[in-house]
Amino acid sequence: MSLLQVSGVTRRFGGVIAVNNASLRVPEGAIVGLIGPNGAGKTTLFGIISGFVTPSAGSVSWDGADITGLPPHRRAQAGIARTFQIVQPFAGLSVVENIAVGAYLRHPARADATRIATDIGTRLGLGPWLDRPAAALTVAGRKRLELARALATGPRLLLLDEVLAGLNPSEIRDIIPLIQAIRAEGVTILMIEHVMQAVMNLCEQLYVLAEGRMIAEGNPVTVCADPRVIEAYLGHGAAARMQSHA
Amino acid sequence: MNKPTLAPVAVLLVVLAVVPAFAANTTINFLVSALIVTLAAQGWNLLGGFCGPFSFGHAAFFGTGAYVTAVLQSRYGVNAWAGFAAGIAAGAVVGGAIGWLSFRAGLRGSYFALITLAFAEVFRIVANAVPLTGGATGLLLKLDVRPANFQFASRAAFAWIALGCVVAVLALSIAIARSRLGAQFAAVRENEDAARALGIDVLATKLRAICLSGAVTAAAGGLYAQYFLYLDANIAYGSWISVEALLAVIVGGIGTPAGPLFGALALHALGEATKLFAGAITGIDLVLFGLILVGAIAFAPAGIAGSLHSLSARWRR
Amino acid sequence: MYTPSIIAEAVVNGLLTGAVYALVALGLTLVYGVLHIINFAHGALLTCAMFAVWALSDGLGLNVYLTIPPLAVLFLCLGYGLQRWVIGPASHGDDGNTLLVTLGLSIAIENGLLAAFHADTRTLSGDAAFDVVELGPMLLSRPRLIGFGVAVLVAVLLWALLAGTDAGKAIRAVAKEKMGASLAGIDVRHIYALTFGLGCACLAVAAGLLMPTFYVNPRVGNAFVLVAFTIVVLGGMGSVPGALLGGLLIGVVESLGGLFLGESLGQAGIFVLFILVLLLRPAGLFGARA
Ligand SMILES: Nc1ncnc2c1ncn2[C@@H]1O[C@H](COP(=O)(O)OP(=O)(O)OP(=O)(O)O)[C@@H](O)[C@H]1O
Ligand SMILES: [Mg+2]
Repeated sequence: MSLLQVSGVTRRFGGVIAVNNASLRVPEGAIVGLIGPNGAGKTTLFGIISGFVTPSAGSVSWDGADITGLPPHRRAQAGIARTFQIVQPFAGLSVVENIAVGAYLRHPARADATRIATDIGTRLGLGPWLDRPAAALTVAGRKRLELARALATGPRLLLLDEVLAGLNPSEIRDIIPLIQAIRAEGVTILMIEHVMQAVMNLCEQLYVLAEGRMIAEGNPVTVCADPRVIEAYLGHGAAARMQSHA
Repeated sequence: MNKPTLAPVAVLLVVLAVVPAFAANTTINFLVSALIVTLAAQGWNLLGGFCGPFSFGHAAFFGTGAYVTAVLQSRYGVNAWAGFAAGIAAGAVVGGAIGWLSFRAGLRGSYFALITLAFAEVFRIVANAVPLTGGATGLLLKLDVRPANFQFASRAAFAWIALGCVVAVLALSIAIARSRLGAQFAAVRENEDAARALGIDVLATKLRAICLSGAVTAAAGGLYAQYFLYLDANIAYGSWISVEALLAVIVGGIGTPAGPLFGALALHALGEATKLFAGAITGIDLVLFGLILVGAIAFAPAGIAGSLHSLSARWRR
Repeated sequence: MYTPSIIAEAVVNGLLTGAVYALVALGLTLVYGVLHIINFAHGALLTCAMFAVWALSDGLGLNVYLTIPPLAVLFLCLGYGLQRWVIGPASHGDDGNTLLVTLGLSIAIENGLLAAFHADTRTLSGDAAFDVVELGPMLLSRPRLIGFGVAVLVAVLLWALLAGTDAGKAIRAVAKEKMGASLAGIDVRHIYALTFGLGCACLAVAAGLLMPTFYVNPRVGNAFVLVAFTIVVLGGMGSVPGALLGGLLIGVVESLGGLFLGESLGQAGIFVLFILVLLLRPAGLFGARA
């Protein structure tokens, strides 16, 4: 049985159909990628999974139970943690306090929450900044903070929305083993990513969203060779042109 | 609380505890008024400073605490201490009701400030009109000086009780600031979406804050009723207390446990000083308060507590 | 008995008062629409303008309507200066701060007036308040009719200014997209201050229209400001036509409320209406987006 199952969800914003009858399933323990061109509806789909966006149709089930109507905080309590593509730090709090808010979810005592926050922060390379205000972090630092906070909630599923975007190649090289280590500890991961090198390295299963529709799924190598996927990224007829050049 | 501000607070509290034993009545009057405003401001700070929503209508809680304390005694013969406790509970209930209505409707920022103001005004108009509260003539509590009746022969005793309340809420604020609840308040204040994503029930958190806040400010109202033994709608539900509660917090240091105490004392001292210099001109002290509010936000957004903190930090280096 | 003619008179009177309310609300909503701030000092500035009208008219013997043009210009400048050199810099660009800064200003202004003029209530001497016009079966106050006419005229002028002039276009550009306007070379701080000044000028006009039938004391603005907030919320924050319609509606509600419920509870009615509107339709009755 899969940990997360999204069945035929649709979401309209006025006239725009951001997500159109999309389905996906994430097995326990896997790293699954979600890719697609800009504006494909990936972040909206994450919103539907994490409870921030109510779907106009379709359902989301978690560990076998329907959670379509559950508010975001209840989903986080159930073990679904998300990061935000547009980072949302608690700007007035220090880095360790930011992470501790996540840790408090399962550890009511201040000492425990602070210890866990310090551990996770250090592990994600935020050690030197722990007592600095979150507002002082660089873009890369804020991305790490998003990840650290989500991780501190002790999730079963991590939803990572472009945590590598805006990082330079060496920073990306640093963070990939971290994600692998998190997974090795038994956390299931669903990640939106544009950095294909990372996707190919990390994911064993890939979903492709284009204009709100799920147009392909499967292992990364086959999916990337799929003509529909190439067309979605490069425009109509691109696959045929590439074929003829080959 | 930050360690550097702890020492001045401790010194201040000791001074405040010793002064009533020797001071003249006018000084004690000054002290009690300042402590009552401190308590009201501590209530404001628990909501506005810790959790975020700015209220312009904390008079709604102050007045409720005052009237429940007074009306239960004078009309229903309830013991004064019990009335005081009921007043505090009523403050929490009114806070919960206003919070439930406005937070569920998604009101924030200026909208929340305005709706709290409107609630306080409705309460004021109603209290001014209905017989239960004595209408426009107000409500006079019978003089019956017995400790069991929450009335004391010496003013100093009352000052100590007010100080006790302030210290209790100070301790509570420090405990909250260092707890999970405090972290949830801060998270909601800083970013509601991020708080939600980390499993925080934003509505429930805000309701906790406003109930606590209402209860504490209602306690200030109850103390007022017991000390002055007179109430009318313009005192109990008047905008003066909404403004002073907020102003004391801003001047003292928003979101810091000791800020309200610093702020209320500084403002009252300043108010007295202006009265000394400008004599009988009514309103001149409030002109100064208004300008101080503008100046505090322009030049010292961290307030007295924040300035103390950075001052002592510089000292150590 | 509430005969139809009494009710009709109350409605018409409500409309007349409502137009002046709308003018007060117009200033508020204009500032909100462009600066996205709530000017809490609006009521205190109105009181200030009313005292100015009273001083010029009763003190210097000027015709009350002749005080309007110079005061409008004066308040335009005053508002400009306040926003440009006090409110703007003091708030550090934070909305919560703006609310508090304008609250501080309102406290200072209100009590400054209290210190200068004491708490007494003043009216203009002369009997303008009893100057009535017969309109069919109704007796209507002439100053209120004039007030209605001028208020509507000012609203139209303001609309024309926003729609037709370069300054108006710049204001609308800033209201819509501050960043873009600034990139296009518009001085946003200047436009903010100008808008704030226009809002204050509306107050000066409203003050001149109110004084013949109303009184002034240092706290009088508070009553108006809450009415104005109600109107602005009803009409949709930032919407000029919304403020006009909302003003007329509130004028009628208040007039009928006073007729059926008596003065003091009628006053509470406005606040209750305000609370209900905020709770149920925060985007405003006329559907403009908040
Ligand atoms: N709250 C909203 N209101 C209106 N339209 C929205 C909203 N959120 C998303 N959209 C629209 O839905 C579509 C999908 O947006 P979404 O952010 O989900 O795409 P995405 O795949 O995450 O894109 P990107 O790769 O740029 O992050 C876009 O056209 C966007 O404009
Ligand atoms: Mg996205």
